[in-house]
Amino acid sequence: MITIDSLNKLYHTPRGTFTALRDVNLQIERGDVFGIIGLSGAGKSTLIRCLNRLEEPDSGSIVIDGREITRLATHELREARKKIGMIFQHFNLLDSRTVQGNVAFPLELAGWPRKEVAQRVEEILDLVGLSDKAGNYPAQLSGGQKQRVGIARALANHPEVLLSDEATSALDPQTTSSILELLADINRKLGLTIVLITHEMSVIRQICSKVAVMDRGEIVESGAVQQVFTAPSSATMRLFLEHSALLQGYGAGI
Amino acid sequence: MHEDLLPMLLTGFGETLYMVVLSTVAAIVLGLPLGVLVVITSAGHVLESPRLNRVLGAVINVTRSFPFIIMIVLLLPLSRFLVGTTLGATAASVPLSIAAAPFLARIIENSLKEVDRGKVEAALAMGATPLQIVSKVLIPEALASLVLGLTLAVITITGFTATAGAIGAGGLGSLAIRYGYMRYREDVMFATVLILVIFVQGVQWSGDRLARWINRNQHRLG
Ligand SMILES: Nc1ncnc2c1ncn2[C@@H]1O[C@H](COP(=O)(O)OP(=O)(O)OP(=O)(O)O)[C@@H](O)[C@H]1O
Ligand SMILES: [Mg+2]
Repeated sequence: MITIDSLNKLYHTPRGTFTALRDVNLQIERGDVFGIIGLSGAGKSTLIRCLNRLEEPDSGSIVIDGREITRLATHELREARKKIGMIFQHFNLLDSRTVQGNVAFPLELAGWPRKEVAQRVEEILDLVGLSDKAGNYPAQLSGGQKQRVGIARALANHPEVLLSDEATSALDPQTTSSILELLADINRKLGLTIVLITHEMSVIRQICSKVAVMDRGEIVESGAVQQVFTAPSSATMRLFLEHSALLQGYGAGI
Repeated sequence: MHEDLLPMLLTGFGETLYMVVLSTVAAIVLGLPLGVLVVITSAGHVLESPRLNRVLGAVINVTRSFPFIIMIVLLLPLSRFLVGTTLGATAASVPLSIAAAPFLARIIENSLKEVDRGKVEAALAMGATPLQIVSKVLIPEALASLVLGLTLAVITITGFTATAGAIGAGGLGSLAIRYGYMRYREDVMFATVLILVIFVQGVQWSGDRLARWINRNQHRLG
C-alpha cells in the first residue's frame, strides 16, 4: 500500500546542513494502523509530511497505492493529495466556516456538486458523532470535538490513507482515548490505512497493529506491535518501554 | 451664516465622497493583488519566489515614500492621459488611487500574514491550488482584519482628498482652502472640518461594527 524506499531529507540552515531523515525504508500494508514513535526531534513529522510532500524529500521514493508520489508533477500531486487525508495536532480548522463548512471544504476543492456535498457532509458528521454540531463554529467546540471535525474533513473525500501527526497530543487522556477509538472504528469500518505519529506509548498500544521506532532521522526498529513491545531490539524502544512501565508502576502504586 | 453655505457644502461633500469611493475602489483593484502577491511569494508560502517578492516589496516602498503632493504633480500627465484633464474630482482620483494602492497593499499583507500557517498547510494537504488558498483560506480567514485595514485606508484617502483639493480637485478640502483660507469665510472652514470629522467617525464606526459582525462567531461566547 505504502512503500518508502531509501528516503533522505536534509534541512539547510544558516548553520549548516541537518539530516532529518536518513535512509528510511518502510512497508505499510492496506488496512494497517501503522504507528511511528520517537522522541522529539527524531524526524517523525518530517517523515509523515514527506508522504504527501508537504515536505520535499531529497532522495528516495514513496509509492502509495501503486502511484509514485515522489515523481508527480505539481498538478498530479494536488490530485493525489485529495485522496490522502491528514489530521493535525492543532486541528487547523477554518474559523470562518461552520463545522459543516469545514467538512465541505475538501469536497469543494475536489469539485463535488453542491447537493452531493450536503449529503456527504451529513453522512460523515454522523460517522464522527457530530451531527448536532453541524452549524457550530470551531470556536464553539471543545478540543476533542474540533479533532472530530478534523477527522471528518480528512475522510470526506474517501481517502485511501489517513495521516495523523500527533492528532491527540493537544487533548486530555480521556478525549485522546475517545479519538483513538474513533480512528480504530474508522479503520475497521472503512478498511482505511492509517499512519500515525506519536511520542506516547499508550497511543501505539491502544490502536496500532504495527509500529516503527525512529531515532535521529533513522528507523531503528519496526514490526508488529506485539513483537516490538515484548522483544524490543533497539535501545530507543527499550527506553520507551521502561519509561512507560515506570509510569504505570506509579499509577498502580497510588 | 450665508445662504450659499448649504449648497456649497453639499456639492463639496458630494465631490469628496465621489473621490473617496472611486479612489478606494481603484486602490483595491491595484492594491489587493499586490498585497496578496507579496504574501504568497514570501519565503515558505504557496508561491514562494524570493526575487518577485523583493521586486514587489521595493515597488511598494518606493511608491509609499513619495509625499502625496509630489505624487500628484508627477502623475498629472497620467491624469490627463486617462481622464482628459488634470482638474476635477475624477482627475484627482488617479494620483489618489496610486498613492493609496501601496498603502493598502501593506495593510492587506499584514492582515493575510496573520492567518495561521497551519490552515494554509491543511488546505495544501487537501490539494488546494494557490488561487484557492487565497480565495478560500487567506481572505475569508482574514476578513475582519481586512475590513479594519480598509477602514483605515478610506480614512487616509479622505485626508488625501483635502490635499488634492488644494490643487483643483474640488471637494470639501478645496472649499476650506478657497473660502475658508483665502476669503476668510470662517463658517465654511468650520463646517467643512465638522463634516469631515463626522464622516471619518462614521467610517470608523461602520468599519468596527462590520468587523465585529464578521468575527461574531470566531470567539468563544462567554
Ligand atoms: N524547516 C526546518 N528547518 C531546519 N530544521 C528543521 C526544519 N524542520 C524540522 N527540522 C529539524 O528536523 C528534526 C526533525 O524534526 P521533526 O519535526 O520531524 O521532529 P519530530 O519527530 O516530529 O519531533 P516532535 O515530536 O517534537 O514533533 C528536528 O531536529 C528539527 O529541528
Ligand atoms: Mg512533530
